Amino acid sequence: MRILYALISVLLTVFLAILLGTRLILPIPFGELLSPQQGLWQNAEPLLDVKQESLEIDGLRGKVDVYLDERMVPHVFAHEETDLYRVQGYLHARYRLFQMELITRSASGRLSEWFGEKALDHDRSFRRLGMVYAAERALKEMEADPVTKKVCDSYTAGVNAFLQQMPYSKLPVEFKLLGKQPEKWTNLKSALFLKYMSYDLAGYEQDVEMTNARNFLNRSVFQDLFPAYSKLTRSIVPSDTGYREPFRLPVTPAKLDSLYFAYKPDTSQFVESEKPNPENGSNNWAVDSSRTASGFPILCNDPHLGLHLPSLWFEMQLTTPNLQVYGVSFPGTPGIIIGYNRNVAFGFTNAGRDVRDYYQIEFKDSKKEFYRYNVDWMNTSKRIERFSMNDGSVFVDTVVYTHFGPVMYDEHYGGKRTQSKNSYAVRWKAHDPSNEFMLFYKLNRARNYEDYVEASSFLKTPGQNIVFASVQGDIALRAQGEFPAKWTGQGDFLMPGVDTAFEWQGMIPAEEVPHQHNPLRGYVSSANQHPVDSAYPYYLGNHYPIMRGQYLNRRLDSMKRITISDMMKLQTDAYNPFAGLALPLLDSMIDRTQLSNDEAGKLNWLLAWDARQTAVSREAVLFDLCWRNIYDTIFNDDFANAPLPVAKPGQEYLLEKLLLDSNFRYADQTNTPQLETKQDAVLAGFKKGLIAFKNWEQKNPQNAWAHYQNTSVNHLLKLSPFSYEHLLAGGGKYCLNATQADHGPSWRMVVSLTPDMDAYGVYPGGQSGNPGSYFYDDGMDAWVAGRYHRLWMMQASESKDKRVRKQLTFTSIR
Amino acid sequence: MKFFGSILALMLLSLGLGIMLPWWSVALAGFFVGFALPQKPILAFLAGFTAIFICWLGLAGWMSAQNGHILAKRMAALFLQQEQPMLLLLATAIIGAVMGGVATWSGTLVRRIFLPKS
Repeated sequence: MRILYALISVLLTVFLAILLGTRLILPIPFGELLSPQQGLWQNAEPLLDVKQESLEIDGLRGKVDVYLDERMVPHVFAHEETDLYRVQGYLHARYRLFQMELITRSASGRLSEWFGEKALDHDRSFRRLGMVYAAERALKEMEADPVTKKVCDSYTAGVNAFLQQMPYSKLPVEFKLLGKQPEKWTNLKSALFLKYMSYDLAGYEQDVEMTNARNFLNRSVFQDLFPAYSKLTRSIVPSDTGYREPFRLPVTPAKLDSLYFAYKPDTSQFVESEKPNPENGSNNWAVDSSRTASGFPILCNDPHLGLHLPSLWFEMQLTTPNLQVYGVSFPGTPGIIIGYNRNVAFGFTNAGRDVRDYYQIEFKDSKKEFYRYNVDWMNTSKRIERFSMNDGSVFVDTVVYTHFGPVMYDEHYGGKRTQSKNSYAVRWKAHDPSNEFMLFYKLNRARNYEDYVEASSFLKTPGQNIVFASVQGDIALRAQGEFPAKWTGQGDFLMPGVDTAFEWQGMIPAEEVPHQHNPLRGYVSSANQHPVDSAYPYYLGNHYPIMRGQYLNRRLDSMKRITISDMMKLQTDAYNPFAGLALPLLDSMIDRTQLSNDEAGKLNWLLAWDARQTAVSREAVLFDLCWRNIYDTIFNDDFANAPLPVAKPGQEYLLEKLLLDSNFRYADQTNTPQLETKQDAVLAGFKKGLIAFKNWEQKNPQNAWAHYQNTSVNHLLKLSPFSYEHLLAGGGKYCLNATQADHGPSWRMVVSLTPDMDAYGVYPGGQSGNPGSYFYDDGMDAWVAGRYHRLWMMQASESKDKRVRKQLTFTSIR
Repeated sequence: MKFFGSILALMLLSLGLGIMLPWWSVALAGFFVGFALPQKPILAFLAGFTAIFICWLGLAGWMSAQNGHILAKRMAALFLQQEQPMLLLLATAIIGAVMGGVATWSGTLVRRIFLPKS
């Protein structure tokens, strides 16, 4: 009997240990997770930290001191470059390990190893886009250069030094929740990280939707609705500064009309499932001494990206005897990305050009070993992609590579899981080998304009508008990158891949990159608008936002004796220039006799609005609803019968037409017998908008724009207790303060290039990636309120400064 | 006396093993103490339960208090749908205590196989 009891009790013990320690029965092992000595309590960082910590890592050549300031920004002081990057890697891993693992997994299409079936679509689309292939090619280029190889090797060794030392108890809490372990870091992962940014910033295209629209609309309508240039645009580099004569223009293929503009490939089963956010953009500008109160240039930058916790950015200072640079870095890559040193400041906005095109491939037979090219058959190569699913099974996908690039879509994979009969290879600029690590390496060390130009030349993809200012008084902006020299319309649609005719014919020479250096107007600026006007000899596509750039230039034109605080106000300006143009239009177009007293009252209330989209504005909600309804009233009937997902005209296009085109033919409702004018359409849309507004008001009597727009900064795993929702933030799509639902200014920086560099910055989040740290989100309130932190370029002699809250001393393991 | 002795022994042993071993070392500690200091099964369970309850509550509570309960609030919201750090601490203590209690109880029951019947 005793034996039986004993046996039962032992079995019960073992059962409990399995129940609480594994994921076999419960989804979460609560015993393991809640154990104070191992589990999540170990991630509860004490608010009062020790003042000094000594750390040993292998391979350091000298001592490295790191001073963590009040916001936990590390100021790293090393004697040697390799030590510097080693410690940077270590610190990135110490504070941001989870995001490094997650983002590089996502980039390499390996999320299904963790999340199973539901991530497989994402993984296949990334592998088929050739993300790993692109990273491998970049890695080869980077490792061929002794400087970048040394930098990346040191960085990687630093990350791995941390991984080696980290006990399970200190594993980031997300790993504990998921039951996963971080992998060893490699240089390839750093390259994958940069390719992820390329995907995000230079991966957007709507070739399929444009092709569908072209097939659905007739040519004149199509060209009307999708013009290459807008009259409202003020380009980044205006033509009066003089564009270079082209070295050689691309040749437009013969029979373009029959083969291309009428070319109707079968896209019927073919919709893309995942796209980079088309709002990925930014503002940057620099004003020279003629426009500032201090007599020194000021440089500003705020990159608009997806907002997440932990943040994409990690702020730090890197110092050696030959280098002193401060700014934000990407956890996952060495160096500072946006920032300033003792002599210069630099920043980026996205160039947003179309560098991803599709070619239809004709295979000789189903073995896909050959495809038709000119008069010949060309050999393919095949890359076997394996996906180790979380249930232990392996999914195998064979991707065929052509000289264009990988065949992304074929009968096995159509993005939205339907079968497409045709095969499309993707030609993506990010596949071409390049070494962007050198861009940052050189920018961090730039001392003057010449250094900046040289550093910029290393940027191929993603194309960026690089802004620059120096203490010598120079300001400059380059629409930098390596871009295909295209004939007008090239790559807007899916293209035939059977011969050379439609291929990219080479790249725009680096000397022909649009740029400005100390222009007479006293400023340079970019906000993702069209980089050039129609005098530029190459076709650059037509997918550029207009409003922010137009408003920014208007403001800068009128500003004199500019101070730092003026620049902060401009960065956080919630004025909606789109509404600024649209409101007088509503005033002039709406016939009041057609309105009830109540409707007229609401119209007057809206017209009295100053177009500032602040958090507490209710007019902003009404305007948004009215405009949406006006747009839908005008265009929904025209596209109602489209058999496939089509690209639609831009909102800014409609605004331009209503402003400038007296006889706007699309205003007519095709489903009514009478002919509607644009006045009729605007009136009808306005009334529908009013009804929508009334409904919203009833449900949200206390709320305004911030609640309507719902700016959120979500945790990377979308765990709501780790996230912020309904932030009280103003701004929006067309505002310089481009804060949107889960997207917006991911880092705001203002640098005055005085001899001691007066700089300010803020980002929505905090330095620590640990939701159990005070520093996880301590910057959030300041960011929402539009406040800035003063950035501290620390000197080695300031180690006793009261801003230093903790010191880390790194030495080599004996 | 044996009861309090086993509580004390268990606390020390589980803390010591916890430095080196994963969380299931509480079960190991419980089983060992239950085996080494056999008592009435119910008392063995209570001793194991109390010891780990105090240990886990004390340790987790101390760490969480130093943290200003930042993490506990978030985790409580995640698991219990309410921002109550105390509830999460209680859940922690009970889960550890049940594991510790059952392990101690089973240690004693196994030991009883070898003890003469009283």
